[in-house]
Amino acid sequence: MSQDLQIVAYCCEHCAYAAADLAGGLRLQYPPNVRVVLLPCTGKVDPLLILHALEEGADGVMVAGCLPGNCHYLKGNFSARRRVAYVQQLLKQIGLEAERVEMFHLSSAMGSRFAEIAKEMTERVAAVGPNPLRIPRKEREP
Amino acid sequence: MIVAEQKSLDEIKQLVGRAQKVLVVGCGTCVTVCFAGGAREAAIVAAELRMASKLEGAPKEVTDVTVQRQCEWEYLDQIAEQVGQVDVVLSLGCGVGVQAIAEHFPNTWVVPGLNTKFMGLPTEQGVWEERCAGCGDCLLGLTGGICPIARCSKSLLNGPCGGSLNGHCEVNEEIPCAWQLIYDRLKSMGKLEVLMDIQPPKNWCTARDGGPRKIVREDLRLATEE
Repeated sequence: MSQDLQIVAYCCEHCAYAAADLAGGLRLQYPPNVRVVLLPCTGKVDPLLILHALEEGADGVMVAGCLPGNCHYLKGNFSARRRVAYVQQLLKQIGLEAERVEMFHLSSAMGSRFAEIAKEMTERVAAVGPNPLRIPRKEREP
Repeated sequence: MIVAEQKSLDEIKQLVGRAQKVLVVGCGTCVTVCFAGGAREAAIVAAELRMASKLEGAPKEVTDVTVQRQCEWEYLDQIAEQVGQVDVVLSLGCGVGVQAIAEHFPNTWVVPGLNTKFMGLPTEQGVWEERCAGCGDCLLGLTGGICPIARCSKSLLNGPCGGSLNGHCEVNEEIPCAWQLIYDRLKSMGKLEVLMDIQPPKNWCTARDGGPRKIVREDLRLATEE
């Protein structure tokens, strides 16, 4: 089942994107469900960006930005963290699990951490199941 | 600016009811700058409604559009066609915007997506505070530019009252005492003598107590043949 899951990873080019690159360079194994989207900074993450990914059928969305205090643009990662928390509240109101969205912090040197995050997020999304928005209601109900 | 905040999605869903086609109308002025009902918020609410209704097994067709100002007919004319194609309009304008849509499109059912709160300003990013109560007879010239009508819990004209404690209001210690602010400001400007004048009772007929208000400017009305 977890093979079919799709997780969109909005990654900052100064940290998480480079960490993903490093994970690849180190030949680290991590679940193939994560689709990386490059952002100049996680401060670019807008609630709508996350909602659209879920509306279009993504099973989970992870936002990966710099370590606290290390943002290339000073506070973009903190803005992203607040927006992710806001979207988690919106998801509860909509009727989706808040666990589908999460914020992570890492540096460009943390290739193995990226692999860990990818695994953690995949397991977390697998626990709540596929996004019900891409499965017709009839099939969802036993 | 007019400051508003969004209603909960549950309340919005109840207001929209069983309507199949919904148009979320944002407003590009006050509620955009207080992040309650601008283009971005309209798109978010539309996405929320689409997702929630799909999860409930009755997907709605929800679109969104934002006009520069919901409170002017000319801007509403631009969305007449879209408004005519839906079962309900969810206005993310202030109370004025909602009523403007209702008045301009008599056959359209319109519901509010916001609670209009007050006239105020952002004191820091993400924080808005009330500053004006629209009493219709501005007395800021008597109080050093700090309004006791909007900012004193009792709207006192000769304050402070006995409930002022360490510069805060007895109603809530997070509310600064307006009269303490007025005193401090006048003192810092060397104008404490302004406070020696006792203000007589205010004529509230210029405020809401006189009923709905209206301004007519003959110099601005479109000329007719005379």
